[in-house]
Amino acid sequence: MLSPDEIRKINHEIALVPVRKAACIEALKIVQQHRGWISDDSLRAIAAYLEMSAEELDSVATFYNLIFRKPVGRNIILMCDSISCYVMGYREVYEKLQVLLNIRFGETTPDARFTLLPNACLGSCDHAPVLMINEDTYRGLTIEKLEEILQEYK
Amino acid sequence: MEMPLTQHISSNRPALHLKDYTSVGGYQSVHKALQSLTPQEVTKMVQDSDLKGRGGAGFNTGMKWSFVPMNTTGQTKYLIANADEMEPGTFKDRLLLEGNPHQLIEGMIVSAYAIQANISYIFLRWAYKKAARLIQTAIHEAYAAGYLGKNILGSGFNLEMHLHTGVGRYICGEETALLNALEGKRATPRTKPPFPQVSGLFGKPTIVNNVETLCNIPHIVNNGPDWFRGLSPGSDAGTKLYGISGRVNRPGLWELPMGTTMRELIETHAGGMKKDFRFRAALPGGASTDFLVEEHLDVKMDYQSVSAAGSRLGTGTMIILDDQTCPVGFIHNLEHFFAQESCGWCTPCREGLPWTEKILLSIENGEGRQEDLDLLAMHTRYMGPGNTFCALAPGAMEPLQSGLKYFRADFERHINEKNCPWR
Repeated sequence: MLSPDEIRKINHEIALVPVRKAACIEALKIVQQHRGWISDDSLRAIAAYLEMSAEELDSVATFYNLIFRKPVGRNIILMCDSISCYVMGYREVYEKLQVLLNIRFGETTPDARFTLLPNACLGSCDHAPVLMINEDTYRGLTIEKLEEILQEYK
Repeated sequence: MEMPLTQHISSNRPALHLKDYTSVGGYQSVHKALQSLTPQEVTKMVQDSDLKGRGGAGFNTGMKWSFVPMNTTGQTKYLIANADEMEPGTFKDRLLLEGNPHQLIEGMIVSAYAIQANISYIFLRWAYKKAARLIQTAIHEAYAAGYLGKNILGSGFNLEMHLHTGVGRYICGEETALLNALEGKRATPRTKPPFPQVSGLFGKPTIVNNVETLCNIPHIVNNGPDWFRGLSPGSDAGTKLYGISGRVNRPGLWELPMGTTMRELIETHAGGMKKDFRFRAALPGGASTDFLVEEHLDVKMDYQSVSAAGSRLGTGTMIILDDQTCPVGFIHNLEHFFAQESCGWCTPCREGLPWTEKILLSIENGEGRQEDLDLLAMHTRYMGPGNTFCALAPGAMEPLQSGLKYFRADFERHINEKNCPWR
């Protein structure tokens, strides 16, 4: 079941496109914003509302790496693993993160505080290495700064 | 030296609001185009200016526009700003988006007028959160001031503008994949023809232009094509946002005349290599361009010259390979990216890129065999231009094929010594 607030926001997106199901990516984003991830039930509810099959919607949802089809933590760490960060030492930062959080890429801490994911180039290559936590970008990372940064997120 | 794109961008203050932007001449090109030029005249100016697409392909922008059908009163047409900057090592559009979003909106209004599009989108990558906030505010301001909406400046021209933020995937930067993403589909590229200019978003005529390309439009319309061509001493017109990342003293971005040499960029603007690091090679324009090496340092960074040197200008943002970074590890990192980002639509790319990545990883780990080098060379042919559905895999092969040429001895050392000499 979609909430009234979710439906209101999805309707706003439907009004902008000529075909109802063209709003599906926006709808996935809206529901994910409310619920943190897209469960099978959420997927079926969105598909029904947009008059498309759940299978078709899942083919879209699983294509995009920032739509989460598994539960994630309260805070998402996206660590750039592309070339400029590679040259500037992202491996050391990743190794330190693994020690601090005791998780690897693709995993969530047992207390659901953090999910750690690799991400393609974040477009701050002149300040590599770079990572994002939720909406915040951290540039020019050093392993010394990491612990302090993580403490900002509960 | 003129720097039209970045003249109103300063790291010391936030981006200009509409009121301040108009007080320094902002939106003048909208007045000029909508009130005194026909759409065809705008297209002609842009074509004559020789502005080439700044997203990497380098096609004449006005020429691209000229393929849009114009005898189409009442038909929906679209203009899209490609702000899905995801080419590894590329961070130039971020500066324009965060530094002066009104310049992009102004460029989009004039461009939409030229092709008579009434709906426009900014397709922004998800990670650019600050840009998203600034663009949304700027769009609201432009509507309130009458630069967007119905009957703009009394000209009878209408334009709606929407901000769309993506949910990841490099392939969304490919213009037909971007159209599928905007239509709520998997972002796989489309067959061409039909070209988007004729049948694009929702089957309607559509132009997709890069952010930097669109930001040049107001200046061309205000100052004319001759002025634009005069900005550069070389064979390609205008200025270019050049960037450098890697082990240089001052990584960053600079707006310079098109055709500035690699040497000037590295030594003068980026302050040279960091102490104890030596230059070995550079990817001149993002991950999907061929390496250039020391002998190419005096190559002019314009489309023709970089192409003559065996690479591509691409996005003009250079990634430096230094002597303390393993070239095999460097290329493995690139191919890992491309393998991850392949959309899976065509077989050579879907199967070939992960295969390539695995070979490179085994060589990097000291488990490579001599015949692996032939296998890699085979892949560069099988995934070369013409054998895949879009440009992703051929782009991925560019650093690999040139890497095999320039760093062959390093590959062989890994194989012969059964480990990575840099570890």
